Amino acid sequence: MLEKIQSLGHNTIYIIAGLGRAMMMLLSAIVQVPNPKKGWPLLMNQLFSVGVLSLLIIIVSGTFIGMVIALQGYTILVGYGAEASLGPMVALSIIRELGPVVTALLFAGRAGSALTAEIGLMKATEQLSSLEMMAVDPLRRVIAPRFWAGLISMPLLSAIFAAVAILGGHLVGVDWLGVDSGTYWSVMQAEVDWSNDVLNGVIKSVVFAFVITWIAVYKGYDCVPTSEGISRATTATVVQSSLIVLGLDFILTALMFTN
Amino acid sequence: MVSKKIELLVGLFVAIGIAAILMLALKVANAGIAGNGETYQLYAKFDNIGGLKVRSPIKVGGVVVGRVENIKLDQEDYMPIVTLEIYSNYDNFSEATSVSILTAGLLGEQYLGLDPGFLDEELDIGVLQPGDFIEDTKPALVLEELIGQFLFSQDSED
Repeated sequence: MLEKIQSLGHNTIYIIAGLGRAMMMLLSAIVQVPNPKKGWPLLMNQLFSVGVLSLLIIIVSGTFIGMVIALQGYTILVGYGAEASLGPMVALSIIRELGPVVTALLFAGRAGSALTAEIGLMKATEQLSSLEMMAVDPLRRVIAPRFWAGLISMPLLSAIFAAVAILGGHLVGVDWLGVDSGTYWSVMQAEVDWSNDVLNGVIKSVVFAFVITWIAVYKGYDCVPTSEGISRATTATVVQSSLIVLGLDFILTALMFTN
Repeated sequence: MVSKKIELLVGLFVAIGIAAILMLALKVANAGIAGNGETYQLYAKFDNIGGLKVRSPIKVGGVVVGRVENIKLDQEDYMPIVTLEIYSNYDNFSEATSVSILTAGLLGEQYLGLDPGFLDEELDIGVLQPGDFIEDTKPALVLEELIGQFLFSQDSED
């Protein structure tokens, strides 16, 4: 009994200490005087590997998810003679939910895991310590550009996902199943609200980007510097950020879309 | 050092992302037309607003000329007051304008239909000014009341 209480206390302290280290790492990485001359090229390289290289998977999955929703929605809506509502159905489900969430899950798998593995290997091969030896702050040189790159590129990826998915829905709904193109767009424009739907979707993706990139860089920076430790940290990044994204999504939806 | 190719690709990525946000704003949400533009307000008091909602369209002959901005209940006589937000380029409605609550299709959304009356100086019918009340209002048709009236008239015929 006493042992169980002790292990509970041990775990609690372990979790809180981890949160504290993550917070300290984030603060000391991003709270600093910016140095554009040195920081800009680093950020560019990270934007390339985090953002540009994720484009393909985002565009492909966005197209197919839009097409699937249009197909599924059409078969249900046509039973009520309401296939004119296909446009808002596709647009609202993509902009409010699927765009930010699916992008976040793909981003965690595609970019988050890569960030953790890269930083973890830097730690295991003592590159981070060497940087410190040369009086270069690894938080500033390694962590900060990766964090900002993730925070910038994920909302953009999410917007691209949503746009491509709505075009995919247009492809299936209008070009294949024969919903009128004007109806598809005009009913969508009447139903979708700029601040209520689009802006809230962007806010969601910014929140997810913050959480995922934070977890990814922290897990890499904090990993046990062995091959096993890196593999665990990479798994933990994907699993934890996916779970947190799904949980946060419910909270954000409850805050944003209930009256 | 960053190679030119990487800079080019990153620039392209950011440009596509911004284009996607613009497309969502303009093509999907139509923010440029619905949200902005000068408007003025009119009021109308109804017996019953049925399923009218805030942001429901206001139409003249099918053309959207504004949106419902607010719906509240008059505390004195317990009748709903609807605030109409009309685009400023339609500022020449006469005081004889009537407004009715209509339904788009059998099960569709409800909207406000304006029926612009005529201007007549001899009869002293002028232009509606911002903040005026539209006097001539027709309430929403409530299906249950219609059925009730129908049954009642059936009874009286027997």
